[in-house]
Amino acid sequence: MTDATASGAAPERRHTSLMTADKGTRRRNAAEARFRAYGLAAIAVGLAALVILLVSILSQGLSSFRQAYVTLDVPLTAETLDPGGNRDPADIASVSTFGYSSIIRDAVLNTFRNAGIEIEGLSEDEARGIISPEASAQIRDRVLADPELIGQTVEIEVLANSWIDGYFKGRVTDRTAELNSNVSPAQIQLAQAMQDAGILNVHFNWAFITAPDASDNRPEAAGLGVAIIGSLYMMLIVLCLALPIGVAASIYLEEFAPQNWFTDVIEVNISNLAAVPSIVYGILGLAIFINFAGLPQSAPIVGGLVLTLMTLPTIIIATRASLKAVPPSIRDAALGIGASKMQSVFHHVLPLAMPGILTGTIIGLAQALGETAPLLLIGMVAFVRDYPAAPPDGFFDPASALPVQVYNWTQRADPAFVERASGAIIVLLVFLLIMNTLAIVLRRRFERRW
Amino acid sequence: MPVFWILAIVLVLGAAGYVLGRARALSSAGDDYRSLHSLPSYYGWNAFILTVVPALLVLAAWMLIAPIVIDGMVSGLVDEGMQEGSNLSLLMSDVRRLAAGLDSAVSSGALSASEASGLVADNALAGRLMGLGISLGSSVTETTLAAAQRYRGLAAASQVWMAVVVIALAAGGLLLGLRRINPSFRARNAVETGLLALLILASSIAILTTLGIVLSMLFETINFFRQYPASEFFFSTTWSPDFRGNSELGILPLLWGTLYISLIALLVAVPVGLFAAIYLSEYAGPKMRAVAKPLIEVLAGIPTIVYGLFALITVGPALRDYFAQPLGLGNSSSSVMTAGLVMGIMLIPFVSSLSDDIINAVPQSMRDGSLGLGATPSETIRSVIIPAALPGIVGAVLLAASRAIGETMIVVLGAGAAAARLNEGLTEAINPFEAMTTVTVKIVSQLTGDTDFASPETLVAFALGLTLFVITLALNVLALYIVRKYREQYE
Repeated sequence: MTDATASGAAPERRHTSLMTADKGTRRRNAAEARFRAYGLAAIAVGLAALVILLVSILSQGLSSFRQAYVTLDVPLTAETLDPGGNRDPADIASVSTFGYSSIIRDAVLNTFRNAGIEIEGLSEDEARGIISPEASAQIRDRVLADPELIGQTVEIEVLANSWIDGYFKGRVTDRTAELNSNVSPAQIQLAQAMQDAGILNVHFNWAFITAPDASDNRPEAAGLGVAIIGSLYMMLIVLCLALPIGVAASIYLEEFAPQNWFTDVIEVNISNLAAVPSIVYGILGLAIFINFAGLPQSAPIVGGLVLTLMTLPTIIIATRASLKAVPPSIRDAALGIGASKMQSVFHHVLPLAMPGILTGTIIGLAQALGETAPLLLIGMVAFVRDYPAAPPDGFFDPASALPVQVYNWTQRADPAFVERASGAIIVLLVFLLIMNTLAIVLRRRFERRW
Repeated sequence: MPVFWILAIVLVLGAAGYVLGRARALSSAGDDYRSLHSLPSYYGWNAFILTVVPALLVLAAWMLIAPIVIDGMVSGLVDEGMQEGSNLSLLMSDVRRLAAGLDSAVSSGALSASEASGLVADNALAGRLMGLGISLGSSVTETTLAAAQRYRGLAAASQVWMAVVVIALAAGGLLLGLRRINPSFRARNAVETGLLALLILASSIAILTTLGIVLSMLFETINFFRQYPASEFFFSTTWSPDFRGNSELGILPLLWGTLYISLIALLVAVPVGLFAAIYLSEYAGPKMRAVAKPLIEVLAGIPTIVYGLFALITVGPALRDYFAQPLGLGNSSSSVMTAGLVMGIMLIPFVSSLSDDIINAVPQSMRDGSLGLGATPSETIRSVIIPAALPGIVGAVLLAASRAIGETMIVVLGAGAAAARLNEGLTEAINPFEAMTTVTVKIVSQLTGDTDFASPETLVAFALGLTLFVITLALNVLALYIVRKYREQYE
């Protein structure tokens, strides 16, 4: 022990105080501070990414919930709308939306004249152009709903063109309008004058949530109705299939399964399935459910089945954790008073594990709701304008899904669709927020600690 | 009879089985139901299971097998009258479409049943069918029409027989269940055995899914390699699919794109995630932890399509305007950098929460020992905790890598559709501001839209999928092995 000190010279005494740090200590303290700063910076980077992500989506998408509408005095002339003159609904329905275009032209000119708006260098075509092509369908629907209106001049609120809408949202300015072939500066002046005259209003846009998708040249009419219904149907299917199957599988694995190779195979499979890329499930759905079993493309049933298979591992893992959390004394007490193993599980353990199971299920559903890649492969990208029927038939009708609708809109040329896509993301995030809040509330409210 | 009604009838029979079985058990016990072996409701459930389960199994099997059998019988007919140069599977799909069209025309009232079966294949027929909303790939020949009529006949007969057999089976099960009831019958044991079988069935779905994934991709991949040489697929450095033929379908450019993007994603996610986990588990107070940890984990709950859109509308244009164009590295807003950065953000919570668990699992005594020797907290972390947790952290990074390789939406929207150009020099191949595509993007693009499952351009997607599956599976197995091995050390 003493060899070391005895052999060398006595170390030089350092005349330093414990109160003042020497060079080495300062270096080490600086390294410590740097290290802490790295950690804080990492957290700041993570949080900043979250904030930038949300702000970018919100700033791009919130405007899609508001839309420019024009209130037109529409002369519903009987000659064009009801050539037969007998107010027969079938006759009125035979006039296609094309037949309404002259009415819209009249209505636009009429409305400007009444409001006393005059813009220099504005052609009639340009004036007509600020109204969305969707307007004829809007007016036609109104007439079909109430044929009595024919022959009168009615005030109808129709959509403005997406470029005009973009002007009120700052997407189009006077300068860009000059360079753009879709919109002219005169049209923008007209739109401004109309807003000043109170003919054009920008207000909340319910149609964005309820209306079906629209074609490439009328983004102002595109909505999420079909996508929301399609997503809802798929979530219903996932809930009805994944919850019972997942719970049954977990009960077997946690309570009954003997230690043998079969159980091991199942366990390994479940942990691997949880990490399989989602696109692979899409290939599975395409090959098995569509090509082999012959189910229809772009139907919620196929999407629901694929998402069920994807969600099962999540639900099984959560259910097993909450079954494991129920203390063995509960099982022992039930067995002790003569219940069978099956009775002890179904009457006592399962009810106590239920809050945890439901929380896991909701989180699994939330994951499934946002999943896009597998749905692309089973044909959900198709353009669907018809609402699917009520279940169970509606499960086989073509539909879209919220995340796929977002993808679809990003693939279109008109910049107004980017706004729509961001708006759709906001709707999707609101649904996810609701589901996750529900899961947290369930856990806080019902979770028991033993 | 539609399947829905068959189901309803079977379920009603089952419910009747439950009520009757329970009543019969009670009456067989006289007034004292304590003489029964099981609780009365078990007798009811036993009858219910015997009624419903065999009937439903047969129903499912019938619906799965019948179309295959009918196809086989009809395709013989088509085969005989087939002209030179036509394709059996295409003709069969025409036959099926024609049969389905005629059925729907009859059910909507556009044709009467006798009219539909009396159609003749002449020139007017195609126009007439078009009017009914039936469009066919080729013209209707005598053979196709005859086959379609035969198909309809067989399908209708199969429907009727299915209804008869299933309902008879349900009724038989009901009678059997009721007959077996007597006070000494061990109904509870029977029901519980049935239930256990159901539980086992549910858990074997995991195996079936894996089998389904592997088999569905394997068969189509074998088909693909029959048409396209495997050596070309694995070693060719060009990817240029062309639906008119003469495609070059080398996987190397796609793999390079995938790995490059994943590498950038990991370069972002691993330092940030690891430092965040270290700070949260070693330095942060309970308050900071309670706020920051859930907030970072919010990033994990955001769907990938949201990240994709973020890459497309914010990150991509920003990188192009502030980095790529001023530096003269390219002017595409979708690039390796865009996709990699955004994917890195997505992976931060993944790395941080896994590493957090692992760091927390390092025993406190090791920290205490190090601090007691005079090490600062950061020295403790660097020379004690990280080495102890290293295997687990490596496992977490491997899991994150497997996530990155299989990620689809971010790269579809952020990375572009052009394959990496490996033949045009090193700078082209490693420029991070160049658009590059990945395996997953090409799976999506080859399988969406109009697809022809006989051409190698479509089938290549299955080979890509299988490759992807094998790579991610290997990474996952390796990661789980490492993590498990490490856990045992401290338990």
